[in-house]
Amino acid sequence: MAQMTMIQAITDAMRNELQQDENVLVFGEDVGLNGGVFRATEGLQKEFGESRVFDTPLAESGIGGLAIGLALTDFRPVMEIQFFGFLYEVMDSISGQMARQYFRTAGKMKAPITVRSPFGGGVATPEMHADSFEGLVASQPGLKVVIPSSPYDAKGLLISSIRDNNPVIFLEHMKLYRSFREEVPEEEYTIPLGKAAVKREGSDLSIITYGAMVHESLKAAETLEEEGYSVEVIDLRTIQPLDVETIIESVKKTNRAIVVQEAQRQAGIASNVVSEIMERAVLHLEAPVLRVTAPDTVYPFAQGENVWLPDAKDIEETAKKVLTF
Amino acid sequence: MAANKKTTFDPVGVLNEVEDQFEMFQILNEEGEIVNEEEMPDLTDEELVQLMERMVYVRILDQRSISLNRQGRLGFYAPTAGQEASQLASHFAMKKEDFILPGYRDVPQIVFHGLPLHQAFLWSRGHYGGGDIPEGVNVFPPQIIIGAQYVQAAGIALGFQKRKADAVALTYTGDGGTSQGDFYEGINFAGAFKAPAVFIIQNNQYAISTPRELQTAAKTLAQKGVAAGIPSILVDGMDALAVYKATKDARDRAVAGEGPTLIETMCYRYGPHTMAGDDPTRYRTSEIDDEWGKKDPVVRFRKFLEAKGLWTEEQENEVIERAKEDVKEAIKLADAAPKQKVTDFLEIMYDGEMPFNVKEQYDIYKEKESK
Repeated sequence: MAQMTMIQAITDAMRNELQQDENVLVFGEDVGLNGGVFRATEGLQKEFGESRVFDTPLAESGIGGLAIGLALTDFRPVMEIQFFGFLYEVMDSISGQMARQYFRTAGKMKAPITVRSPFGGGVATPEMHADSFEGLVASQPGLKVVIPSSPYDAKGLLISSIRDNNPVIFLEHMKLYRSFREEVPEEEYTIPLGKAAVKREGSDLSIITYGAMVHESLKAAETLEEEGYSVEVIDLRTIQPLDVETIIESVKKTNRAIVVQEAQRQAGIASNVVSEIMERAVLHLEAPVLRVTAPDTVYPFAQGENVWLPDAKDIEETAKKVLTF
Repeated sequence: MAANKKTTFDPVGVLNEVEDQFEMFQILNEEGEIVNEEEMPDLTDEELVQLMERMVYVRILDQRSISLNRQGRLGFYAPTAGQEASQLASHFAMKKEDFILPGYRDVPQIVFHGLPLHQAFLWSRGHYGGGDIPEGVNVFPPQIIIGAQYVQAAGIALGFQKRKADAVALTYTGDGGTSQGDFYEGINFAGAFKAPAVFIIQNNQYAISTPRELQTAAKTLAQKGVAAGIPSILVDGMDALAVYKATKDARDRAVAGEGPTLIETMCYRYGPHTMAGDDPTRYRTSEIDDEWGKKDPVVRFRKFLEAKGLWTEEQENEVIERAKEDVKEAIKLADAAPKQKVTDFLEIMYDGEMPFNVKEQYDIYKEKESK
């Protein structure tokens, strides 16, 4: 075991996969010699060579096309989009092409591509860096979307993503890259995609969340406990497909739920979670399922993040509304 | 680049100089005469005949497809008449191991690369059997998103380079497609990686109703290769020998590790853009049609082969009959394809275990379909 930050765990996962499968290729803007703008690919080019870990021209759409073509020649591409705000440039390659490849070739041609990309607020990035666009890719059939919230999960989920024969969007929250360390096994291990984790058990309320909001939710849960409420926190880990079983099991136990996301109310995937609960557990509910989200504006100017981003306080407030409904 | 004291500021001069470089490469004139003996490609008599057979075959395939579409027995169809030299002579320079990324009009190339005709018809109708490419046939289904095939070709070419394969990626777009970002990114990526790709622009003069002049102020489309720093050439796309030679040379350079080439084939589509209600009389005059009618690639190549004593009316009729028979047979096979079910669609969404939502829906539809 070693103490690792999430970014170290991510590098470790890629190193593991580069080592155990010669078809794994890592590429993107500045991921080679430079080791990535966040050091996620630090040392990988030196260790595995320029033919395995390489830089590309500055063009996201081209990077997506490159991944598709490399997959068609039996490689296992791990491509990086420098910031997920640049998704729009590569939306066709991701949602219009790789997501549909298996389908349009009747299962003949696979696209075992992992798209790694940082996102998330709280670190005062410039425009179009922090936006939570996971809802856009979660709505595209053919993709799986993974968002880890801890170093341990990041490593196991990234190894699973790379080994998955379908395109996986792996979103890395920038605020979580180095915010804390955690014990991470040095050897390889996997965490199944599509499986949530109960990060804290409780009996009065289920908080269903993902990404940086997992930590805000855990904070809120502690405060609420001091006030006598027992709160369960579920980290979805994969937001497409949802782990409906774990969500419903929890709601049936607690009878109250809120869904927490950093994305705007009209975006993200909170509405999907609410719908699943309504369809499957409405008779178990003591109160409506409420959402904690950002307001429906464009992602804020950096100095406005603190008033805009949802945090533990917002979660406590909404939790109490549901607990005292 | 080092500064030169004599360099003057003359951007217009530079432009004119660049554009003057792109003269049209031709071997066979409209009368079927060799006008460029030096560049004559190295093709045997048998190969020349085979190429003619393919062009005649595809001219018939196009006529039959239009008529089958009108009868409602085919769905989406983009006519190919006029582009036989551009499509088939370029493909003729390829080998089996090469990978073809066609646009939506480039069905003939993938048929001659090994896609059974009835599958091409299934693709036209909108049936998953159309994309179920046989093992060992290196083609992708026709690409509908104009430009996407270009960035993907760069990826396949890089894959071949990494595998040290003696193979190239060949892709096609039209004149309108050269305005897309993916068009530029594709040729630029392949250039930066020196990847073995052959990019073909089939300039058939119109993108639906929009004439080529409205796409760009560039005098040629071939010169767009300059922006990627890759070799490029403008070819008479109605001349099978010129198209073959240019593509063959591009392939040779690519497998020799010298990187990609961009080829503009100047051609024409005699029919509408697609069979989905496009009416070319709204935007094309009969004068233009007549002018290009005189350049017909099939007629031109026929004259050339007849003069060499390699082609007769009987031969041509044989090919025509064979094409008609094949079409009949292929339509029968397409008719026999199983009706598509929702469970079929759900099964081909993901490799491996079905995600929760897909599995749940699979069970629901399985139940429905059993009734």
